[in-house]
Amino acid sequence: MTSIEHKAPHRSLWAKHKIFETNSIILVIGVLLMVSIGGLVEIAPLFYLKNTIETVQGVRPYTPLELAGRAIYVREGCYNCHSQMVRPLRDEVERYGHYSLAAESMYDKPFQWGSKRTGPDLARVGSKYSDEWQRAHLAEPRAIVPQSIMPGYPFLAKTDLTFGDIAGELRANRAGGVPYTDEMIAQAETDLKAQATPEHPGQADLEKRYPKAQSRDFDGNPQRLTEADALIAYLQVLGTLVDFKLYDDKANIR
Amino acid sequence: MDQQHDAPHVDAVTGQATTGHEWDGIRELNTPLPRWWLGIFYATIVWSIGYWVVYPAWPLLTGATKGVIGYASRNDITVEMAQLKAQRAARAAGMADATPAQIKADPALFQMAVAQGKAAFGDNCAACHGVGGVGGKGYPNLNDDEWLWGGSLDAIQQTIRHGIRVAGDNDTRVSQMPAFGRDGVLKREEIIAVASHVRELAGLSTEAKADLPLGRKVFADNCAACHGADGKGNQELGAPNLTDAISLYGMDMASLTETISNSRGGVMPAWAGRLDDTTIKALTVYVHSLGGGQ
Repeated sequence: MTSIEHKAPHRSLWAKHKIFETNSIILVIGVLLMVSIGGLVEIAPLFYLKNTIETVQGVRPYTPLELAGRAIYVREGCYNCHSQMVRPLRDEVERYGHYSLAAESMYDKPFQWGSKRTGPDLARVGSKYSDEWQRAHLAEPRAIVPQSIMPGYPFLAKTDLTFGDIAGELRANRAGGVPYTDEMIAQAETDLKAQATPEHPGQADLEKRYPKAQSRDFDGNPQRLTEADALIAYLQVLGTLVDFKLYDDKANIR
Repeated sequence: MDQQHDAPHVDAVTGQATTGHEWDGIRELNTPLPRWWLGIFYATIVWSIGYWVVYPAWPLLTGATKGVIGYASRNDITVEMAQLKAQRAARAAGMADATPAQIKADPALFQMAVAQGKAAFGDNCAACHGVGGVGGKGYPNLNDDEWLWGGSLDAIQQTIRHGIRVAGDNDTRVSQMPAFGRDGVLKREEIIAVASHVRELAGLSTEAKADLPLGRKVFADNCAACHGADGKGNQELGAPNLTDAISLYGMDMASLTETISNSRGGVMPAWAGRLDDTTIKALTVYVHSLGGGQ
């Protein structure tokens, strides 16, 4: 190439890069143009192509309590050791269940797919273990799984959940595209308490707003609403919203 | 500028043309990229064209190009899982139709079920029941012959399918020991007395000051309905046998008074929707084979 350049610098297209290399404004415009094309081709189709997200039944926004638990999950950095993404590989499907669907994390802002598994994948951990197990395991993992290297989180069950700003959390999620209704936001605090309190009168409404919401005292301490309540409520819903008996794998391969 | 283009300035030391610029007497060599490097660079471009043709690549208006080999990871996994199912179906012919009792009676099926059950146990059950089913505090040991809800094949299968105290499962195992202390049914001294009597039933030592006659009376009035007059328990109700020293939550006085005051009741998930029928049967046979099957 370079030899051609030298022989006929005026005529060769390859010599034109000099215009960009010696003129910063033109270079910036050129870079912007390239990045825009890349963005249009790689990002824009994700918003209109049907095969980027499956059509599923059952996925709903997190309840206020689950959302608060999710915030604790993020705060404690659970994602550093636990992924939430069952990949479409045989060993993973055998161990964890159906591979994760994009639609299952469509209301996760941001998603918790993770990138590293020191501990097991948690995408389908919901309802796999009892609340009591989760409680004991969070407090002292080695009491239950002797070979575990997970740190203990005994303080979660001793720390009252702060939820004064939960309506704001819902609103922020709505701004990010999660379809929380005005009613959900107005009732956020009531819903949060209803889900963690056995026989709370607000549970019927909660279930109407959030189908399949599980209401009970998650941390085994009915007197207090702790961070453990929220985190266990979140863990217990993971991967349980889509009924895979009704899900059609083939219809969603496009 | 133009003059420089017409006759590129050549660096005297290297014999290499320069870019033509000069900054305070410093010139920049216009050294061409090595040919091997350029060669690889152009090869990657050619390679990418092949890639576009073979694999899914370009987004279009309603979909993306599928590529000539039609690769999709979700297709692959569907095919792979179907193959696995077919492979296992062939090897475990009959397991799907057989009852756990029939599987146990047939050596080939039995061997298959234990192998499959062991793997499924590790993935799903060992988190609570421990590796090999050794159990832990609050989680029953599955190797002994002490059963809360029955150790027959049918009873084990029922427990695995529907779990214990699972909300929303109509066939789940249900029972709830009253919280005798918290709910104010028994007074403190009655609880201590009956805890001593439970130790007596299990053949463990009791404190000299223990009021055993009161304990026996409290037991007969409050506990015998479920645990039996002799304390041997009732598997229909999941009421444990109190006459052996095996205990889920501890047989020391502190644990016993805690149990009687606030009650206990573990929860086991229902596996019917999560695991397929064959896996549940394999697990049933495996757990039954651990040592305590009845």
